[in-house]
Amino acid sequence: MASHGIKDRVAIIGMGCTNFREHWDKGADDLLIEAAQDTYASAGIGPSDIDAYWFGTAQSAMSGVPLAAALKLENKPVTRVENFCATGSEALRQACYAVASGAYDTAMAIGVEKVKDSGYQGLNAFPIPNDGTNRTLTAAAMFSLVLPAYAEKYGVDPDELRRTVARIASKNHYNGARNPRAQFRREMDVDAICKMAAVAGKLSVMDCAGVADGSAAAIVCRAEDAHRYTDQPLYVKALSFVAGNGSGLLDPAYDYTTFRECQAAADDAYAQAGITDPRSQLAMAEVHDCFTPTELVLMEDLGFSKRGEGWQDVNAGVFDLGGELPINPDGGLKSFGHPVGASGLRMIFEAWLQLRGEAPEERRIQTADRGLALTHNLGGYPGEMVSFVGIWGNQLG
Amino acid sequence: MRGIISAAGYVPYWRLDRAEIAAFHGGRGRGHRAVASYDEDSTTLAVEAARLALHAAPGVTPETLWFATSSPTYLEKTNAAVVHAALRLPTSTAAFDAGGAVRSGVGALRAALRSGEAATLVASADLRIGLANSPDESAGGDAGAAVLVGDDSSGPLIAELIGSASATREFLDRWRTPGDARTKQWEERFGENHYVELGLQAFAAAVADAGLEADQVHAVLVAGPHIRANGAFAKKLGRTPGVAIADAVGNTGAAEAALQLATFLELAEPGETVALVGLSDGADVLIFRTTDAIVDHRPLRPVNDQIQAGNGSLPYAKYLSWRGILPLNPPNRPEPARASASAAGRNADWKFGFVGSKDRSSGAVHLPPARVSFVGGAVDDMEPLPMSDAIGTVVTFTIDRLAYSPSPPVIFAVVDFDGGGRVPLEVCDTTPDQIAMGDRVEMTFRRLNSSDGIANYFWKARPVRGAATSTAAQEGSR
Repeated sequence: MASHGIKDRVAIIGMGCTNFREHWDKGADDLLIEAAQDTYASAGIGPSDIDAYWFGTAQSAMSGVPLAAALKLENKPVTRVENFCATGSEALRQACYAVASGAYDTAMAIGVEKVKDSGYQGLNAFPIPNDGTNRTLTAAAMFSLVLPAYAEKYGVDPDELRRTVARIASKNHYNGARNPRAQFRREMDVDAICKMAAVAGKLSVMDCAGVADGSAAAIVCRAEDAHRYTDQPLYVKALSFVAGNGSGLLDPAYDYTTFRECQAAADDAYAQAGITDPRSQLAMAEVHDCFTPTELVLMEDLGFSKRGEGWQDVNAGVFDLGGELPINPDGGLKSFGHPVGASGLRMIFEAWLQLRGEAPEERRIQTADRGLALTHNLGGYPGEMVSFVGIWGNQLG
Repeated sequence: MRGIISAAGYVPYWRLDRAEIAAFHGGRGRGHRAVASYDEDSTTLAVEAARLALHAAPGVTPETLWFATSSPTYLEKTNAAVVHAALRLPTSTAAFDAGGAVRSGVGALRAALRSGEAATLVASADLRIGLANSPDESAGGDAGAAVLVGDDSSGPLIAELIGSASATREFLDRWRTPGDARTKQWEERFGENHYVELGLQAFAAAVADAGLEADQVHAVLVAGPHIRANGAFAKKLGRTPGVAIADAVGNTGAAEAALQLATFLELAEPGETVALVGLSDGADVLIFRTTDAIVDHRPLRPVNDQIQAGNGSLPYAKYLSWRGILPLNPPNRPEPARASASAAGRNADWKFGFVGSKDRSSGAVHLPPARVSFVGGAVDDMEPLPMSDAIGTVVTFTIDRLAYSPSPPVIFAVVDFDGGGRVPLEVCDTTPDQIAMGDRVEMTFRRLNSSDGIANYFWKARPVRGAATSTAAQEGSR
């Protein structure tokens, strides 16, 4: 038994991504059509050229029918995918395996979320009947548990740590301000973020991901066929996924300063891709910054920082747009917004733009010649989450 | 002989300063009333009292549980079944509500004392509500009390029943329509006349039943919803009431008789004779004599300690909102869905009894209980692990100002239990500025929320104040 990976066997040949907004005037089908059309155009092909679809949405639709109906697909297999907030990445992972298996020549992964039709702020999962004992804490509060635990473990002054995570939000807003597709395009300075009223632990709304509607998609084919469609394909270097068993909630050894599922997914992905020093080998990473402490912990779980030193690296600007390893150059969930089913694909879209040299100049990374990008997408809560790590490269080998 | 094996009272943590009421409506307010938190109802108050009473009588299993209240959470459905589940009583123990009337509190106690069962648990609890600025609001109080009644064969009796009598007559003094917050009352003097007359009549009969003279009764406890009549009766008898907790707790309705009795017994010496007089739609008098075993009756949480530990900082507006007298605009979040009856039924040991499981091979504790161990993966090799008496420590915590709650914000902590086991839990009976990492907490049975009329019960953590509900010695015996 092993995770063999499919390094260099599958390539992305087209991508599309809508603006992430409060799209009061657009439904999920409108967003799907827009993302699909952009993606077909990007690959220079049409709907009839796609053999199969993986359709990611957390709770904007059920089954493959809504996608087939929106795009009026003719006798195509459509699989609806759901895996918490990692839904978009999971859809692409399945499409890649389908192509790698030889079952199909081409496949599209498309994710969408229409979150702004619920009538409530934030993301609200619809309830599965249960015995009433499940905690009803918000995700913000669950992730806020990280800060006191981290401060205690590493002896960081809690107020300083609060400023550190505010710096993460500020960095992501800086990047998002340079991204026309992003939901929030205003820079925010650290002092202003720290002055906001706390809503969960020490976190304010400015520590939380934006909540937006949107859609993103990718078309994949076998690597050897990629140049039929584009001169600049993006090759799949690694795809890993871990569904946590919830033991973090039960296990007194778990200390809320790490996400075990993310570290395990990263270890697997690095092995698949042959990466030994991610901080120097990667050109950039898109990580799941649902809340600012999440991004801090991920710097350590993904091996970008040593344990207990992530906060210092954040403060030193290591992960800034012009830093040693740019993180979330598109603004991340924080600034780009988080349409659940689309977010994983949105992350890969930024890798697509940056590694192909297509990112707008004002947010173009200086490290693109390293040729490798990582995307990390999680869902759930500390102690009980799913984690995806994908690695993408613009060269074979 | 038949009598009392143990007794305990539960006074909730929160207090409303009556001066707070007066500051809003005018007039003068003296002392405090006990206030059930927003997540407590008569059922949870009864559970807390009954836990303390059973704790003081290790090894005694009641054949029947009676639960008396005038503020039941459910009609039709038996509230005592919830108490039964929270106490983890055996299936063979029957559970009944003695509901509706205030008199059912003393009535259930009387019935248990006259039954032939080896042991009977009588729990009573009430929330006394009333409209804003009503006498019930200021003079009432919320509390639970529990008395474990039985034969001396079941365990040493701390007090024996030596005489009793009742008097019943139909007259309309106080009445409340189901669903109303307001209790109405006829002209006070009308009820008072009846109560004094019936009380004296029953008292004389009970003293005769006990073979005593009135002056051989050392203490008289008077419990009834008609406060003025209670005083008039005691005065006519030439007595000062033996327990005075009205200023600190308030009149607790169906719980009042048992609460006064439990409070008295906590401080009683051997050989004391005490008459418990209930004045509610008649008169019921129960005369007890304490035994030598009373010296060993040292409850874990004496009522007087609970009175001292109360928090009197509750704002009046918050009190009104907790009782639904002042409905607040709810947060703009989806309300919780109703708990599934079938899921709750499957998981009743966890939901109501806080029973986890322990992996026999690895020793790993699972909260909630699991079939497959997270350490080693053993399947179906678990033993049940009751955790409701366990003490834990706050590992990390947060304050959630966004989550839906009947009284935001939610205070939430990751708790590690002494002896193993971790669970993330809501923390109650505290404030955001009080909680800290390292705090010691214990478990308490609460109503998380209600939806579609279904009360969603589960356990929360609360700060340990005074002695914890469990000691190692007693843990093994239950």
